[in-house]
Amino acid sequence: MSTDVAEAPLEVKEPAEALLSKRRKRIVADPLNEDNPITVQVLGICSALAVTVQIKPTIIMSLAVVFVIVFSNLIVSLIRNSIPGRIRIIVQLAIIATLVTLVSEVLKAYSYDMYKILGAYVGLIITNCIVMGRLEAFAMANKPYDSVLDGLGSGFGYAWIILAVAFFRELFGSGSILNVKIYEPIGNMLGVTLQTNGLMVDSIGAFMILGIIIWIQRTKNGYVEH
Amino acid sequence: MEALNIAIKSIFIDNMVFAYFLGMCSFLAVSKKVKTAVGLGAAVIFVLTITVPLNWLIQEKVLKEGAMAWMGADFASVDLTFLQFIIFIAVIAAMVQLVEMVIEKFSPALYGSLGIFLPLIAVNCAILGSSLFMVQRDYTVVEATAFGFGSGTGFFLAIIALAAIRERLKYSNVPNGLKGLGITMLITGLMGLAFKSFIGIAL
Repeated sequence: MSTDVAEAPLEVKEPAEALLSKRRKRIVADPLNEDNPITVQVLGICSALAVTVQIKPTIIMSLAVVFVIVFSNLIVSLIRNSIPGRIRIIVQLAIIATLVTLVSEVLKAYSYDMYKILGAYVGLIITNCIVMGRLEAFAMANKPYDSVLDGLGSGFGYAWIILAVAFFRELFGSGSILNVKIYEPIGNMLGVTLQTNGLMVDSIGAFMILGIIIWIQRTKNGYVEH
Repeated sequence: MEALNIAIKSIFIDNMVFAYFLGMCSFLAVSKKVKTAVGLGAAVIFVLTITVPLNWLIQEKVLKEGAMAWMGADFASVDLTFLQFIIFIAVIAAMVQLVEMVIEKFSPALYGSLGIFLPLIAVNCAILGSSLFMVQRDYTVVEATAFGFGSGTGFFLAIIALAAIRERLKYSNVPNGLKGLGITMLITGLMGLAFKSFIGIAL
């Protein structure tokens, strides 16, 4: 699990570092591709797949996860020196759970439909291993600003993968993109009926598509697991 | 009878891994050997069977709107639902810790085989997920217990099957980019397809 991401960069003591120095750009950019939380580190798969039947809930879900990662990273990093080592997991869980409760209450108040669609999976952000993994591997050992950048990188690294999965699942499974029908007009133009693929709406489609995305991405990266 | 039906349904049809994608992290990470997979699976069954009824009790007697009526009329209108996430995860983390200590004290042999997996379980989404589903579906206490046990057993079956396949997979020639996670994802998809054939089983 989070053991293979433990080699977080050590704290840098240089006095005045540029706001977006090379090292900081790397903190943001690495998780987007070479060190992607889903495809390379194998974290946070549970929620990645469950909400990806349609694009719209996926966007909400990604925003929620980015929010929770960034702020939990920030808070843990701010109080990292006063957390006793033995109870740090409980402290981290309490911080994450509070943030997730916030997200869920806001959703319930302003977008009740989405709240119903996402259901239990909003609550499951608490046990999303990416959040926990970043807190353990990065925020516990780095300054607040760096931790926020790391949270942004990991959050969006997660977001673009699940958006890609959702795009293909909605296109092939429902024949639409963002609820705009794609299959019907094309079918009418060609004078045929395009059939949607029921497997894509099902959980199996998510496994297959994620497997294929991982294959493509790792082939491009040259990353090989042994 | 209803409880038995729920248990069977959550083992085969609404399988935690194949239908809801829960517990995927440990499902993928700890499925390289059958022996360790058995350990993790057993620990998951154990913890789920305890935490789901326990969280049911807390939900019904403390958190739900009007649930605290038993403490007096003043509390009848209190609604603590917003504390659900934080309380559930605290209960799970505390239970896992407690179970670990009890097993260590009374059965060192069992602790030796389950011990290392218990801390991992606190952050396994299948555990929290089951509690949240239990609330969503309005189960009674017996049904909640059956659901907890069934979900755990479903996870147990799935992880053992995957571990057995991956042990065999070592001898096959997988393309470089597909090694590890990629091929495991595809296999999980195929296993899910097989589990689909249980749809319609009911008592």
